[in-house]
Amino acid sequence: MEEPMQTESKLCAEAGADSGSLVPGCSLRHFACEQNLLSRPDGSASFLQGDTSVLAGVYGPAEVKVSKEIFNKATLEVILRPKIGLPGVAEKSRERLIRNTCEAVVLGALHPRTSITMVLQVVSDAGSLLACCLNAACMALVDAGLPMRALFCGVTCALDSEGTLTLDPTAKQEKEARAVLTFALDSVERKLLMSTTKGLYSDAELQQCLAAAQAAAQHVFRFYRESLQRRYSKS
Amino acid sequence: MAAPAFEPGRQSDLLVKLNRLLERCLRNSKCIDTESLCVVAGEKVWQIRVDLHLLNHDGNIIDAASIAAIVALSHFRRPDVSVQGDEVTLYTHEERDPVPLSIHHMPICVSFAFFQQGTYLLVDPNEREERVMDGLLVIAMNKHREICTIQSSGGIMLLKDQVLRCSKIAGVKVAEITELIQKALENDQKVRKEGGKFGFAESIANQKITAFKMEKAPVDTSNVEEKAEEIIAEAEPPSEVVSKPVLWTPGTAQIGEGIENSWGELEESEKEDEDEVGSDEAIILDNIKMNTGVEVFTSGNQDAPIVLSDSEEEEMIVLEPDKNPKKIRTQIISAKEEKAPSRKTVKKRKKNC
Repeated sequence: MEEPMQTESKLCAEAGADSGSLVPGCSLRHFACEQNLLSRPDGSASFLQGDTSVLAGVYGPAEVKVSKEIFNKATLEVILRPKIGLPGVAEKSRERLIRNTCEAVVLGALHPRTSITMVLQVVSDAGSLLACCLNAACMALVDAGLPMRALFCGVTCALDSEGTLTLDPTAKQEKEARAVLTFALDSVERKLLMSTTKGLYSDAELQQCLAAAQAAAQHVFRFYRESLQRRYSKS
Repeated sequence: MAAPAFEPGRQSDLLVKLNRLLERCLRNSKCIDTESLCVVAGEKVWQIRVDLHLLNHDGNIIDAASIAAIVALSHFRRPDVSVQGDEVTLYTHEERDPVPLSIHHMPICVSFAFFQQGTYLLVDPNEREERVMDGLLVIAMNKHREICTIQSSGGIMLLKDQVLRCSKIAGVKVAEITELIQKALENDQKVRKEGGKFGFAESIANQKITAFKMEKAPVDTSNVEEKAEEIIAEAEPPSEVVSKPVLWTPGTAQIGEGIENSWGELEESEKEDEDEVGSDEAIILDNIKMNTGVEVFTSGNQDAPIVLSDSEEEEMIVLEPDKNPKKIRTQIISAKEEKAPSRKTVKKRKKNC
């Protein structure tokens, strides 16, 4: 198990040396995704990025309470449960960000007066949690078969005090960073769906991070495509 | 997440029952040595908390929850602490190896579902079976064949030998499960010592068709700076900000010019107001011009205040300024003395009907 990992990291460094101005640390961690692992929810997915893992379950379209129903589209609800303790304000704000992203993408108008409930459970947190939640949410929505206008993915960038950009930072890198930016990008034209940032950065740095996130999003969408191909192909 | 019926926030009966049962099973059976958690007698003690997250409810969550809880407690390591007299030193994970909890025994629950007044017995019922069962018997036992907790719910009446039979079955099951747990814990310890990968990440099976892995991928960000510069160059520069404030009276200043009020649609009755608003705007503009040194008095400047038929508007009245030696002040005063109006409506706010 150790050796293949070592050769891969060497390749990464070589690739870096070759392509001139490649910023060190610009690589995505090891990804893994498993779909349909829970039997009760309509769609479920477990997404792993390095040591961060999130489990998502989707119920829907299902019956909605009269107080919450919207006459012309589906009511989307997101619940994020932390690993330890009761959910607090941070969870509420993340829920809202995830909900806004999903509402932009899911075709709610095809299922009016129904409810789509997404439950996310944080299994372990080792950096880039919101991005992992977004990815798990997207895979769970695909597994549930809900109509969407595009897929989406989450990418996190961290800027340290010298201005070096790091993609998919670990918890340690996030803590030491000057600014942490998370973006949700759509799969059609890699446009920005949602962004949330914490810390100090200039507008040039923002554009750089966004461009880097778009480059990283390509890898994530390729991963989605391959994992779905594996599942649905007949061979 | 576990079932569509479980709503967040509201603790359903089932969850309350589960909670109570696990508390009795783990706390009252004294499987954990609580005395060893004491740091300074009467002052400091470790508090242990178990958070159980139910992922999927396909029957018999009591057994699954009890196994998860006791394994988590066995797997847990707490930071090492040393007491020297009055001083308590807490070591981090890097300084000293964390210490496991001292566990006396491992109580594990086994559930039995009864059908047709005790005629049929099923061990470890699944969700469908649970829905139609008459009653449930839960026995918590450890590998030494000691019963830690026993609970019968559903109101079925059981004979003594039925209960004894169940406890025998439970004994066999608990022995198997405890062996499985020990193997898993040893495996984890071995992997950690060797420095390999452990944790939830490893539990994803590669062979499954629904699972997919991708190794660490480098991302080419060499053209990021150029792209960013392009975008910034193409983007419109931020609009100019007028930062010169105009002082009307001490305490009242104006930055920039107001734009026409665009709230709501104008109805018939308000159309005549529109003209007057226009004229009011003219007054404001004139005032500004006055302040910049140009004295322009157009026909818009009226002596009498404007009276409207629908008097729902609020009139803001500018009080006569005091004699102030400022340059701007004198200009206004001189203008006013020429015209000598009693009131001047400067701003009008429309209320949305």
